[in-house]
Amino acid sequence: MSEGINQSDQPVAREGDAPDLFSKFDPLIKQRADLLASGIEDPFSLVMERVLSPTQAICNGRETILLGTYNYMGMTFDPDVVESGKQALADFGSGTTGSRVLNGTYQGHRECEDALKEFYGMDHAMVFSTGYQANLGIISTIAGKGDYVVLDIDSHASIWDGCALGNAEIVPFKHNDIEAMEKRLKRIPEGAGKLVVLEGVYSMLGDIAPLKEMIAIAKRHGAMVLVDEAHSMGFIGENGRGVAEDQGVMDDVDFIIGTFSKSVGTVGGFCVSNHPKFEIMRLVCRPYVFTASLPPSVVATAATSIRKLMHNADKRAHLWENSRKLHKGLKERGFTLGTDVPQSAIVAVIMPDLERGAAMWEALLTEGLYVNLARPPATPANMTLLRCSLCAEHTSEQVDTILGMFERAGKAIGII
Amino acid sequence: MDRVDIDTRIRSLIEPFNKKGVEISDSTTFATDLEFDSLTVMDFVAAIEDEFDIIISMNQQAEIENYGQLVDAVCKLQND
Ligand SMILES: Cc1ncc(COP(=O)(O)O)c(C=O)c1O
Repeated sequence: MSEGINQSDQPVAREGDAPDLFSKFDPLIKQRADLLASGIEDPFSLVMERVLSPTQAICNGRETILLGTYNYMGMTFDPDVVESGKQALADFGSGTTGSRVLNGTYQGHRECEDALKEFYGMDHAMVFSTGYQANLGIISTIAGKGDYVVLDIDSHASIWDGCALGNAEIVPFKHNDIEAMEKRLKRIPEGAGKLVVLEGVYSMLGDIAPLKEMIAIAKRHGAMVLVDEAHSMGFIGENGRGVAEDQGVMDDVDFIIGTFSKSVGTVGGFCVSNHPKFEIMRLVCRPYVFTASLPPSVVATAATSIRKLMHNADKRAHLWENSRKLHKGLKERGFTLGTDVPQSAIVAVIMPDLERGAAMWEALLTEGLYVNLARPPATPANMTLLRCSLCAEHTSEQVDTILGMFERAGKAIGII
Repeated sequence: MDRVDIDTRIRSLIEPFNKKGVEISDSTTFATDLEFDSLTVMDFVAAIEDEFDIIISMNQQAEIENYGQLVDAVCKLQND
């Protein structure tokens, strides 16, 4: 880690009395410096020296079980996926050097969009360079001046940034609170356009949304509905289409946002929709137009992976088993978890504070386990969380090993 | 409803959120004087929205820094 990040404010000489623009970060710089001064390894600058498989890597020279990636379906080393990427790299080169609307749409981008249309059973699919950009672009473009976006307060940063980039009125409601959402929809002035934005799985606590109830209410109030299914694709729902499919309300969702950076196992984002005018988005959505398209190898691996994810019932069942086993085991050992029952492939362990959270994170890493440390402002209610995300490739024995590591580390830090 | 009525009702709504019993005047700021964090803001705004049956969007909230501005904004939203 470069030392600059750990130094406090040392203003460089400037003309006049203008403040150092970096002064606003001083509290964060101090918090970070204090944490590291206590001898803890920096949780935000870990390097994976080698990656052995979807569930194992070498970190600090030590073999480590990965329990903090979004590689839910373990597709990153799938031989078919890797092979299609190699082939595309050889056939189409390393990059497109252009926007999707100019020279950046190759055969592979189309094939990737075709795979998505088939996967979701929808008429239109648009591939973005990341999921972040998909939310940024779709939300800011479809909700314009005078329209209203009604969204869950615990929405992902990319959803909030999509709201900030656009000109609509932004109205948040309390997390997963059906009544709070309805009250706000009722109060929107007549004649205004309405977009309700929800997530299938909320990634901090791993809880799911009551989409069935919420979407019915949104529709009753004439709103369009966008659901971000980033953390459910490939895993939740009969065909892995997500929480909306699982709750039987796919037909009422106007836009699904997703990403290739989790279950699909590469990078990229997308929006699928049945809206008859959807294709116009390709011309008016700035985060789609004004950035380079994904490299051919990436869309090739994505398309192969998406097609394989359509037929994966066994892997899905095993991932659910892993999630249930980890959840139950942690609960039995006295840890406080984000949900009463496992609702997704994410099991969040609630830490008493950042200091002990960071200490626990380090103790686990020393044991040979990588989990995700999450802290405010990314977390709801200012919580510090150790987020465990399971993979379909974790064996049942690995989950046992993981539980043993948690028990030892938890006792050493005094959390259980 | 006139400004005095609205002021009275908001004053009683703010009480449970005013943990330190800060004296409230029109120039009292939410972030600095009352030390409201984002969660408190959400709950407080929801309480006001429910009381007056209005929406105070994030865009409007961004313009409101002190108590007096809040009362003015609610007056305006009530009369729209
Ligand atoms: C809910 C949600 N939406 C969108 C994204 C953005 O995805 P990407 O990594 O493709 O930018 C993420 C992941 O970080 C997410 O958790």
